[in-house]
Amino acid sequence: MEQPRFLLTGDTSLSVEFGSEISEAINRRIRAFGLALEAAAIPGVTELVPTYRSMMIHYNPEVIGYAALTARLTAVLGGLDQIALPPSQVLEIPVLYGGEAGPDLAFVAEHAGLTPEEVIARHTKPEYLIYMLGFTPGFTYLGGLDERLNTPRLAQPRVSIPAGSVGIAGSQTGVYPIASPGGWQLIGRTPVRMYDPHRAVPILPKAGQYIHFYPIDQAEYDRIAALEAGEGYTCRCHAREEGAQ
Amino acid sequence: MSITVLNPGLLTTVQDLGRMGYQQFGVSVSGVMDPRAAAIGNILVGNPQGEAVLECTLMGPQLKFETDEVIAVTGGDLSPTLDGQPVPAYAALAVKAGQTLRFGAPKAGCRAYIAFAGGLDIPLVMGSRSTYMKAAIGGFEGRKLQKGDVLGLRAPVAGYANLHQRAIAPEFVPRPVYTLRVVLGPQDDAFTPEGVATFLGSEYTVTNEFDRMGCRMDGPAIQHKNGGDIISDGIAFGAIQVPGSGKPILMGADRQTTGGYTKIATVISADFRLLAQLKAGDKVRFEAVSVQAAQQALHFQRGALALLADVVKG
Repeated sequence: MEQPRFLLTGDTSLSVEFGSEISEAINRRIRAFGLALEAAAIPGVTELVPTYRSMMIHYNPEVIGYAALTARLTAVLGGLDQIALPPSQVLEIPVLYGGEAGPDLAFVAEHAGLTPEEVIARHTKPEYLIYMLGFTPGFTYLGGLDERLNTPRLAQPRVSIPAGSVGIAGSQTGVYPIASPGGWQLIGRTPVRMYDPHRAVPILPKAGQYIHFYPIDQAEYDRIAALEAGEGYTCRCHAREEGAQ
Repeated sequence: MSITVLNPGLLTTVQDLGRMGYQQFGVSVSGVMDPRAAAIGNILVGNPQGEAVLECTLMGPQLKFETDEVIAVTGGDLSPTLDGQPVPAYAALAVKAGQTLRFGAPKAGCRAYIAFAGGLDIPLVMGSRSTYMKAAIGGFEGRKLQKGDVLGLRAPVAGYANLHQRAIAPEFVPRPVYTLRVVLGPQDDAFTPEGVATFLGSEYTVTNEFDRMGCRMDGPAIQHKNGGDIISDGIAFGAIQVPGSGKPILMGADRQTTGGYTKIATVISADFRLLAQLKAGDKVRFEAVSVQAAQQALHFQRGALALLADVVKG
């Protein structure tokens, strides 16, 4: 395991870089570091931003200067291997596949040489690791898509894609949290609001969690959508089993 | 208790110090581009330093006051007038109901700030009143101001006994060449020594592509060792991205939370006031300082603001 490096990102934040690749092992170190930092509650630390291979730490230099902060962080990093990492959480996301909700399902199936049903089966099998969020509020960078489902982006991006759309782009899969233009191949849509700025918890997914998609029919889609329009719908979230794929 | 927008100007938005704590969820911070100018305006009108203000860009708005209110205009000089009379910069001003604040030609800088005593009546979204235009949240209905918008005031103040003391000599002195101080990193090691020398030794010109997200610069290309792409990581306010083209981009308040280009350095917080006032054609040089020097400069700037806040209390 590489020694973590402190990178200067200005005078009110720094980045702790754990490696030079995208891997689940590095992500676990970052998750452990995040938990250790929360436990350490270093005065002056204001915000933590985990990414693929680093943790950005925002701080108030009037409370803690760079030298004092890096000394505290070094101590936290030294105890990282002693941390018993609790199991990751798996967020269960219901998806209505195909039809109007997933206009590109047939193309993805044809590209993969599979039936649409086989695409759904392969897309709902893995638990996808949320490496980080970025790009727009609630947008997840997921790892673990079945290689067979890799599909190039649309040659002509769509002008507007509805919020909740589930798509594939190259080796990535994910959910559009807000309506936006985009070139992903759309295979389905979730009625769950991944992002709602007026909710107590505005954004559902969190880096270090996993997402598992499961297929639903139109009736279930409508039922959940109605709940989301009213008092809200709570996704099932459970601890990940050891050794799960 | 309100203000009517007769003309919104080019880009006028409600901003405070930004939406903190949600970068890990992909939510941009937003907030004022020039935190110092906004803080001074707020201090002069008797507000907490982080109260929401209007940020005006190059062509300022026309605002009709429906109530008596104390305001202050700070930041860049966009030629503000009140019923035709020039408005002094960096000074509290008692406006009467029925009067109109207008802006004319931009004389110096890019962004002016209007602070309102008692604050604007804007709901908090995720803990902030800042407008985040890309996600259409915060500020006035998640967007820039439009003609006919009516902005409420939470607790307008008709005047202060020590109004004439609520002013400072304008410290915003326009200069043809700005030197922005930077802390090298996080990816300065992705550049050749010649590349870093080019960056620190050359003059860069602001292109027409500059907004609250970023400011594209033109000038000598900065040489990478192995290209300008990295595995995406976090982006700080003032980060200087250098993509494969070798031309730097200064990242602003509406920057994305993460990005996949190398960042050679970060503008120090004390110099955000210079970064915020850049506009097309301005020329910039970069000077490297230590993180300790940068934190000292921020400490002095905040100390001066605290002192000013004490003085205006009288």
